[in-house]
Amino acid sequence: MSTNTAALTHSVAIVRTSLARRLFKNPLGLISTIIILIAVLVSIFANLIAPFDPNHTDAMNLMASPNATHWLGTDAAGRDILTRIIMGTRGTLESAILVVITSIVLGVPTGLIAGYYGKTFDAVASWIANMLMSLPSMIVLLAVRAAAGPSILISMAVFGLLIAPGFFRLTRTAVMGVRNELYVDAARVSGLSDSRIILRHILSVVRAPIIIQSAMISGISISIQSGLEFLGLGDPTMVSWGSMLNEGFQNIFVNPLLVMWPGLAITITIGSFALLGNAFRDALEDAQKVKLNRKQAKAALLRAKAEVAELQAQSATGSESQASENHLLSVDHLSVGYPQASGNLKYVVQDVSLFVDKGEVLGIVGESGSGKTQTAFSILGLLPDNAKIAGGHIVFAGDDLVAPESGAISQQELTKFRGKRIAYIPQEPMSNLDPAFKIGYQLVRPMTQVLGISKAEAKAKALALLETVGINNPLRVFNSYPHEISGGMAQRVLIAGAVSCEPDLLIADEPTTALDVTVQAEVLDLLRDLQSRTGMGMVLVTHNFGVVADLADRVVVMQYGRVVETGDVRSILRNPQQDYTKELLSSMLEGKTPMTMLTGPLKGA
Amino acid sequence: MSALLEVTNLDVTYPAKGFGKEGFKALHSISINVGKGETLGLVGESGSGKTTLGRAILGLAPVSAGTIHFDGKDISHAGRNQRRLLSRDLQVVFQDPYTSLNPSMDVGQILAEPLQIQGMEGAAARARIAELLDQVGLPMDASDRRPREFSGGQRQRVAIARALALSPKLIVCDEPVSALDLTTQARILDLFLQIQRDTGVSYLFVSHDLDVVRHISHRVAVMYKGEIVEQGDSQLVTVNPQHPYTQRLLMASPVPDPDRQAARREQRKQLAWT
Amino acid sequence: MFRFIAKRLGSGAVLLLVISTLTYFLLFFSSSSVARNLLGDTATPEQIVAKTHELGLDRPILARYLEWLGNAVHGDLGTSWFTSQPILEALATRIPVTLTIVLFAIGTAAILATVLGMSAAVKGGFIDRAVQFLAIAGFAVPNFVVAIIVVTLFAINLALLPATGWVPLAEDPTQWAKSLVLPVSALVINTVASAAQQIRSAFKDVLSRDWVRTLRSRGIKNSEILFKHVLRSAAPAGLTVLSLQFVGMLGGSVIIESIFALPGIGHLIVDSTTQGDTPVVMGVVVFTVVVVIVVNLAVDLLNGWLNPKVRV
Repeated sequence: MSTNTAALTHSVAIVRTSLARRLFKNPLGLISTIIILIAVLVSIFANLIAPFDPNHTDAMNLMASPNATHWLGTDAAGRDILTRIIMGTRGTLESAILVVITSIVLGVPTGLIAGYYGKTFDAVASWIANMLMSLPSMIVLLAVRAAAGPSILISMAVFGLLIAPGFFRLTRTAVMGVRNELYVDAARVSGLSDSRIILRHILSVVRAPIIIQSAMISGISISIQSGLEFLGLGDPTMVSWGSMLNEGFQNIFVNPLLVMWPGLAITITIGSFALLGNAFRDALEDAQKVKLNRKQAKAALLRAKAEVAELQAQSATGSESQASENHLLSVDHLSVGYPQASGNLKYVVQDVSLFVDKGEVLGIVGESGSGKTQTAFSILGLLPDNAKIAGGHIVFAGDDLVAPESGAISQQELTKFRGKRIAYIPQEPMSNLDPAFKIGYQLVRPMTQVLGISKAEAKAKALALLETVGINNPLRVFNSYPHEISGGMAQRVLIAGAVSCEPDLLIADEPTTALDVTVQAEVLDLLRDLQSRTGMGMVLVTHNFGVVADLADRVVVMQYGRVVETGDVRSILRNPQQDYTKELLSSMLEGKTPMTMLTGPLKGA
Repeated sequence: MSALLEVTNLDVTYPAKGFGKEGFKALHSISINVGKGETLGLVGESGSGKTTLGRAILGLAPVSAGTIHFDGKDISHAGRNQRRLLSRDLQVVFQDPYTSLNPSMDVGQILAEPLQIQGMEGAAARARIAELLDQVGLPMDASDRRPREFSGGQRQRVAIARALALSPKLIVCDEPVSALDLTTQARILDLFLQIQRDTGVSYLFVSHDLDVVRHISHRVAVMYKGEIVEQGDSQLVTVNPQHPYTQRLLMASPVPDPDRQAARREQRKQLAWT
Repeated sequence: MFRFIAKRLGSGAVLLLVISTLTYFLLFFSSSSVARNLLGDTATPEQIVAKTHELGLDRPILARYLEWLGNAVHGDLGTSWFTSQPILEALATRIPVTLTIVLFAIGTAAILATVLGMSAAVKGGFIDRAVQFLAIAGFAVPNFVVAIIVVTLFAINLALLPATGWVPLAEDPTQWAKSLVLPVSALVINTVASAAQQIRSAFKDVLSRDWVRTLRSRGIKNSEILFKHVLRSAAPAGLTVLSLQFVGMLGGSVIIESIFALPGIGHLIVDSTTQGDTPVVMGVVVFTVVVVIVVNLAVDLLNGWLNPKVRV
């Protein structure tokens, strides 16, 4: 056991240090930590460092300006402000600690139990939490003050109770998320007891959010404590920032500086807790978050463009430009990248050229990370905002979608085409319909906007389309919300929507991947039928050679953002030239002898 | 000799949400068995109950009727203690290698967990972990790294190593290759076969993909809407199925050649007409 | 629909009962010395006994509570110990002041926070960073400090607006409006700071959904996607944020009313808390809980209307 515990603490230490390093690398994280540390030290050694007695009055020096004896001046009673600020630190921090401890003790265990076991305890605890959250805490605290007298500690403990639902909900949500994770199931299969599962697998997940929440709640408690003191509802014998603020406010017309010092102390302390919480969150969310300013991004893009130009110069000798020919769509030396923190562009599509003719189905095949979907989105102009086109151009029916050297998709050009002449079928049917609008509306609206036809006309057309895509009861589906229909049905609706404006080019991104195999067969039938009937061109993005064999005329094989091999479907599937294509095809299981090895000697996947 | 795993007339009903409502019956009277060193493939579409059956055997789904016997013992309602003993012989590999490994533990800790529960600590545990990493084709230094530093295929290797840690007799594999790319899938299937050859472990292999099940199984059971519609020898069921649903399933899965696929399409359409 | 409202009202009634019971026992257990406080130090023991009897404080607390509850159900919350004013009357004169300020503040904050949060999510860049900075600044500066700052700035240094006081609308609309500006802005500034940030996250979340991209692929105009589809999906989260902010404002108005010397509910409860006027404290608690229940019900109904999945 000892070695294991040692191993465990060892690895935890590694996490902590790297987390701490990331936390302190962030200047705001470092500064806020230092400020909070100073506040803690000041509150511990307040009696030693305070220059005066907090209640010592200097009758000669009322409301003195800052000077050599009184660094921050004196208040209306002639008491030293610096001393009183120092003395007020302890009460402030005590309040914060008390609230955080009370709310963690009340909120975290109950949240764990409610989230892990659910049922009655969860129902009751959630009801209580909702009740507490819906109460205006200031009013409740005043009622408590009326009942329990001027003890700020009792008020703060009650505030801890009021704010405990924050921890309860946080823990409960996290636990409910983790409870159904497969690794918890795996632990259960291993016979791990509930308490060990909670300790090992679940607490580790909620630990970080609890720390962040604690920082935030410390800030809120200080604000509440100072507020109560400001209202004069605290212990009158104690020095506090809130009561100093109140005294200052009485004299605000005489000397506004009096409110400034306690105001600053309060603001800086709360702000430090807020910044610490934020910095901690950033540190957790892993370093690699790309935060580039516009200049860096632009520099990266320029550098990338130069690289791409060079690359093209090297390869251009052989490949003639396809744009000159009369293709429906031609993509020429397209490169797409994402700016990285290092200032470089990370390419997801590199020097890709392909074309689609009228009435032709082009299959783009590749595994994850091959850039096939990014290529499709480039054609649609639907790349994420931070994606950059580093080079190449896309020509659709003679119009430039991405002009050479422009570096960005011409949005104006695209809105002209999107929906009308170029349409899109997504992968995941359920997540691609707006859950808040009826299916009928989502079909009719693009037609009225793009084709300019009347609502009634569009409705008739939509109903006819729904019938075409094989929906038995078009009117019922027309009047349904997306959550009321099945996934297969939703994919038919999306196909109906895509072809509703009679596009010349249909871009289908893994259109059957999310579907059951029997439904996939029907959807493929439907796509083939629509394509042959309308004669539209089609780009079919998929990882499945069976789907390619079913629909495609020509195939582009992609890997790591580049085109590996192009050709008509029969020659690619039957007689692949490139090693990668061969490897892909040899991984297919159809026609292999069962129970035999598919690959060579074992190596890491 | 009786089978390693024997499931007889198993029903699984999930309790209803709210009073007075009827629960959801996910499995109806399922009977299957898995012999020593054998792989039973379990194939079906979403909602067929194939995953639920695997989970019921692992004690993760509520058994409402019928029995599950493992190695001669009734485990239909095994408690936590019996499960702990059982975990030496009965293990699992899940579908999603991204959520089946705790992201905050390193691979060494993940693999040590099942060993620890059985009381194996220290040097013995470390030696076993090294052995396991070697067995699934991962480098030795994988031990100190977190799951997120690995690709999907490598993570699935970690999950397989965890299942192998206690040298179990049966591993329930719940769609273990469905989330993987084609070439990775091939390598992981090879790994499963190699492990079976080396250790004689049995698999209950759950998948939606008829091709995968045909490739890895000795026998195959086909599930549809919570029932088993057909089971038998792998080649018989997956190449020449008798039940109309299995036939549809077979005809629906496309083959990687345009002309053969066109022929299959026609066959499927005829099937639909008859 | 009716069942939903009935259920929520039922649950609200239970909440009200639980809170009022707890508060009653909490407050009245500790009110033994109230007779002495009322009569002052010079009172004789006999006078104190008589006063205690007069207030009914010598009766068992359970009997008093049941009587209070019976009266409360009939709309009678009792009278103040100090002024003998009926509580309902005291509330009726002060509720308009508090509600005016809080409603103006939440309305302004809702508009500003939505505009800011939405543009931060959509446009990114400078405004996005500004909203995130504002969120931390607003968190760090409590509303009473904000109030003091705006008083110092606009009332004292610039002398544009009155620092304190309340002018009823009927008396002088211009002065009424002027007396509103500072308290409302003190409440608005903090609320906007935190709400804008949360509304930004809600929008960011919706903007990243797959269906937004699909709508764009259909040729729907960006403005229509934003104001019709995205706004509607982000609205429930925004409403929840704003309803929590509203409850927070009810609490915040306590301090704001003290600073600006406004004769509202907040001022009332602070005074009665310091005096120990228990029936008044009780009345304010009951009133705020009722407001909270009504607001939450309204938000739930609106969310149901916005999101067909939770609709009943």
